[in-house]
Amino acid sequence: MIDFLTSIGYMHWVLPVLLLIPTLGAMAIWLQGAPGRGAPGADDVASGAASVPRLMAFVTFLVEFIVSIGLWWTYDTTNPGWQGVFDVPWIPSWGIHFRLGIDGISLMMILLTTSTMVLAVLGGWTSIRKRAHTYYALLLILTAGMLGVFMSLDLFLFYVMWEVMLVPMYFIIGAWGGERRVYASMKFFIYTMLGSMLMLVAIVYLGLAAKSPITGIPNFNYDAVLEHASITTAASFWLFGAFFLAFAVKVPMFPFHTWLPDAHVEAPTAGSVVLASIMLKLGTFGFLRLAVPLFPAVATNDTVRGIILTLAVIGIVYGALVSLVQPDFKKLVAYSSVSHLGFVMLGIFALTVQSVQGALMVMINHGISTGALFFLIGMIYERRHTRLIEDYGGIARVVPMFAAALTLVTFSSIGVPGTNGFVGEFLVLLGAFRTYPVFAFIAATVVIFAAAYLLWAIQRILFNALDKPVNLHIPDLNRRELALLVPLLAGIVWLGVYPKPVLSRMETSAEHFVQSVQTRALHTVAEGNN
Amino acid sequence: MLAESLFFSAVLFTIGVIGVLTRRNAIILFMCVELMLNAVNLTFVGFSRVYGAGGQVFVFLVMTVAAAEAAVGLAIIIALFRHRHTVDLQNINLLKG
Amino acid sequence: MLLQSAVSPGTHPLAGTIAAWMWAIPLLPLLGFLINGLLSLTAVARFGPADPTAASHAAHGDEGGHGDADHGGHHAARHRFAGITSIVGPGVLVAAFLLAAAIFVRMHALGEMSEPFIQQYFSWMPVGDLSVDVAFRLDQLSMLMVMVVTGVGMLIHIFSVGYMREDPGYPRYFAYLNLFVFCMLVLVMAANYPLLFVGWEGVGVCSYLLIGFWFSEKANADAGKKAFIVNRIGDFGFLIAMFLLFANYGTLDFSALQAVSGQFVFGGALITTIALFFFLGCTGKSAQIPLYIWLPDAMAGPTPVSALIHAATMVTAGVYLIARSNFIFAAAPVAGLTVVVVGALTALFAATIGLKQWDIKKVLAYSTVSQLGYMFVGVGAGAYVAGVFHLMTHAFFKALLFLGAGSVIHVMHQAYHHTGSHDDAQDMRNMGGLKKYMPVTWVLMWIATLAIAGIPPFAGFFSKDEILGTVFQRAEQGSTLAQAHWLGLPGTAVLYLAYAMGLAAALLTAIYMTRLMLYTFHGPNRTGEKEREHLTEAPWIMTGPLLVLGLLSAVGGWFNLPELITHAIPLGPTAALEHWLDPVVGAGTATVVGPGAEATAASTETILIVVAIAIAIAGISIAVAVLKPAALVPKRQAKPEEGFERVLANKYYVDEIYDATVVQGTYGVSRNLLWRGVDVGLIDGLLVNGSAWAARFAGWLGSQLQSGQLGTYAWVLVLGVLLVLGAFHHAVLP
Repeated sequence: MIDFLTSIGYMHWVLPVLLLIPTLGAMAIWLQGAPGRGAPGADDVASGAASVPRLMAFVTFLVEFIVSIGLWWTYDTTNPGWQGVFDVPWIPSWGIHFRLGIDGISLMMILLTTSTMVLAVLGGWTSIRKRAHTYYALLLILTAGMLGVFMSLDLFLFYVMWEVMLVPMYFIIGAWGGERRVYASMKFFIYTMLGSMLMLVAIVYLGLAAKSPITGIPNFNYDAVLEHASITTAASFWLFGAFFLAFAVKVPMFPFHTWLPDAHVEAPTAGSVVLASIMLKLGTFGFLRLAVPLFPAVATNDTVRGIILTLAVIGIVYGALVSLVQPDFKKLVAYSSVSHLGFVMLGIFALTVQSVQGALMVMINHGISTGALFFLIGMIYERRHTRLIEDYGGIARVVPMFAAALTLVTFSSIGVPGTNGFVGEFLVLLGAFRTYPVFAFIAATVVIFAAAYLLWAIQRILFNALDKPVNLHIPDLNRRELALLVPLLAGIVWLGVYPKPVLSRMETSAEHFVQSVQTRALHTVAEGNN
Repeated sequence: MLAESLFFSAVLFTIGVIGVLTRRNAIILFMCVELMLNAVNLTFVGFSRVYGAGGQVFVFLVMTVAAAEAAVGLAIIIALFRHRHTVDLQNINLLKG
Repeated sequence: MLLQSAVSPGTHPLAGTIAAWMWAIPLLPLLGFLINGLLSLTAVARFGPADPTAASHAAHGDEGGHGDADHGGHHAARHRFAGITSIVGPGVLVAAFLLAAAIFVRMHALGEMSEPFIQQYFSWMPVGDLSVDVAFRLDQLSMLMVMVVTGVGMLIHIFSVGYMREDPGYPRYFAYLNLFVFCMLVLVMAANYPLLFVGWEGVGVCSYLLIGFWFSEKANADAGKKAFIVNRIGDFGFLIAMFLLFANYGTLDFSALQAVSGQFVFGGALITTIALFFFLGCTGKSAQIPLYIWLPDAMAGPTPVSALIHAATMVTAGVYLIARSNFIFAAAPVAGLTVVVVGALTALFAATIGLKQWDIKKVLAYSTVSQLGYMFVGVGAGAYVAGVFHLMTHAFFKALLFLGAGSVIHVMHQAYHHTGSHDDAQDMRNMGGLKKYMPVTWVLMWIATLAIAGIPPFAGFFSKDEILGTVFQRAEQGSTLAQAHWLGLPGTAVLYLAYAMGLAAALLTAIYMTRLMLYTFHGPNRTGEKEREHLTEAPWIMTGPLLVLGLLSAVGGWFNLPELITHAIPLGPTAALEHWLDPVVGAGTATVVGPGAEATAASTETILIVVAIAIAIAGISIAVAVLKPAALVPKRQAKPEEGFERVLANKYYVDEIYDATVVQGTYGVSRNLLWRGVDVGLIDGLLVNGSAWAARFAGWLGSQLQSGQLGTYAWVLVLGVLLVLGAFHHAVLP
């Protein structure tokens, strides 16, 4: 496999191609659908107008996934540097390059994205009923944006990609969402913009700080900024703050999380899945790629670290407790995301190899488990048109396969050993316990609350008496839904039993992250003292 | 010569301003605006005697703009009158916040 | 990690023998799980839930408290793959048991085996300096546990064929049961703590699924959920203990930890904390105070499940954990004393509740809690062999008691079913005089009762006596436990107190078990005129396993005969189990006993044995003398209890107290303070929507300046121009 891929120069072109495929696909789908589209509000699924765009989207995502999967083999796990680098000048007079490259962290995120998106199309197969071509085009643009963020090695490009993915999501929630979709999409957009505007200021500052002393041209190259940008200690605190706000909103960290429940509840299934599985990870990825490595002294400053860890741990416990009392299943899962992502933040800022690897695992696991949860909610919602937990009850008798899938996914989300959820949480807590035992101790109490809120929820949905006549005739999962869920369920078990292939691909990068941050933090502090 | 024309133009301009500030009929207001434009034109012409023909070029520009403005402005006023049957500006406050 | 490679599998005496197949022991039940799980899904997908009778049966869940067997069968038809399941389900267990037995024979033939036989399969979580392998460890302790789990498990699987065959969820039942055995085997065979934790939580999951097996009744689903969440509190302790171990000693592997156990500061705060957190895990899994509350509720599951999971195997995992971690607990005498105290308290407390329960399974459940307390007294006092010994004998006689009770319930239920009665098939007030109808079950249940009460030569006598005797010795001999202090009390006093509580619990055990037997099998029958003719012995597939367990309950105690007995009567080898387990727990025991220990005089030992037998006989006699089965009335005519009896019948209201404080407290804080207050009110209301409101308000204020009057605008404009001119007049004007 590797030989074949090397012979076709795979690593040299794969990254730009991964951005190009969805972009071209989006154009093609939109052009195909635009002339023939019916009246606004027409039911595209019933009329058959949706079948061509969704098939095109599915094929595009499938091709995208197949192209990306080669990275699994060609990625060199021993090399801590950037791989597959693609670098062309973009706006030379401003020192902006179109520079892409990956490490082990972005590798896994890219694979998570491309695989999730294939399933996301399947998940919305019949539920996207109006303006289908626009929807699928937006979904593809969104994918290009997200992949762009994961690949960018140029700060300006990072920012552009960051905003590129914002707009499609705004429309996906706002146009194909539930009843309060406009409120939710506005909230999502403004919240995110608040952070990203400050990030733009910080990026421009950094680009100017790294400008060439000879030509005076700014430099937005990530490595150049990392090495050469001269920033005073005071400025670095402000810059870190700007990045922090942008990423903390996206993660979302307590107390910047209130857009998430609304966005999740109102978004269509695929929107929720993309939001939970991938977009939230962009926030934590931002910390891993930009905020922490660029300002190691700030990130390891005791006060800053204390505040962030406190917020993370509050988020972990708070998200779980609030999940406990949600009447809406989607909202419950949304708050549980706050809790899970708190683990990621705890892992990153605890800054041990185990905790960072654990944080990366939680990012992947949360993508799989919460994605699966949202798919399952979407499936049952299509049948009963309600997300309220109390409207169900005892349906395990009627839909045994759905019940089996939901139970397994629930165990994964609770973090039962043998499923993927355990590996991530265990590593985060184990690693964090070495540096911050008190925080890890408090965070570990969530093993109790997580069981409480999810088991209580699935009991009220799957178990108890089947006392509502409308629930008597819900059809069980069909073939499309099974095809969608089986890979996710397999992933849950695989990553729970044998996570080594994934861990080993991220190990070098995670170790590099921890070591470089620690050494550079010491270095910066020493410089400051001189 | 310059002083006189400047004085005359100042008087014209002031009359225009006072007209704009005190009258309520849109047509009269409009004519007062024209008056102010022409006061400016007079200034340009006056200065052009001292500083060269540039001022006269500007006069043509202003006259063109004034003509265009008159055409558009009068059209608006007519449209307004058709809808509201009045051109009294006190009754027209579409921009009220 | 160094040590794992030190014991290379190639050089071990077991390498290349049948023991190399030990991976197959847990994999066989896993295979059964996969087959049965697929059967349950495929068949149901085509026919199952569409069956309207099944659905309507669930919808009218009005037969609450009607005994569990009634969910099975009489409405819906037998599962169409029931035949395959009947072979696969118990079949994999039989195969696993035979394999385990073959390995045991090989291992026994070796004689002394000082090093464990470890097989590494693959690396599970290799991260930085952490390396967790999926590796199984076969030593004398895990071999014993494997034998108990597969042996008792096999018998209960066979029993289940008779008990559950008519249930529409039959393959699902066996899938869960097989999965449970797999997890339990992982638990006892794991070579490191994280893998043990996999089994530890896995059995919890299976327990959750099986307690809520008949999930259509809310009470059952509630019980399953409660069991899992309460267990999770314990698991939290387990996790913290692992984190502490790794943070301080850098490994989680048993062998490696044992190798560094020299670094443990004897009685130090760190090692005591680790041991106490492990014990928190044990209180959850093994139902000790304060986390015992889930076990009585867990009786909502099918009775064979109660026998296998909630009596014989899973609940003893805590005892196994302490025996496995003996090198940790031996170094922490304060933690050891805590275990003793909690165990003794639980033994006594649960026994008192058992006195006043009417549900036959509830009596057995509290009895299990109480007996588990004994085991903890044993392992806490450093009598690891005695604790494990009682674990084993308890597995025999308690499984027998539960399965016997299951037969009774099965028969009772069928009788009620024939007449369409809705009476409670599990309430002892509805039984009575069953010995006439079920003679085999009656005899076997008496054997188990005598065993648990501690009448020689039955199994329970030897194991219970060894625990109590060792506790007494630890106090008398001046062991490290006796020299330690527990909350200011001298260890000696604590141990003597625990001994006294153990004796009191033994008395109560004899009373409540005799009460159970008298009310169920003796006296007049209270089932009802019409039902009586349907009362018969259970089918052979159910009584067969009972016979085997009856034999084991009778002679199971002879595995570890005290010297005092073998001197007098040559029943078998002296202290065979102790010799067997010595390589695993010998060092830990020696640490607890301490250097200056002197042997207990034979006379003292004799007195202890006589006291124990006297207590047991006294208990039975009191019960026979005081209780009047003839005076009982069926449940529906019975009056509610009064006074302290009512407190006992309501289990001291502990569930109610927990619910009012912990459960409702958490919900209240979450709903009213955190969600409605902080989230919706403060963050979203005040900060997020508040800032949006502030922006809108500022815009409104500004818009008020817009009058829409052109005249006003013009005036403002001119005034503004004049103002600017005025401000810059020296620049503009000459």
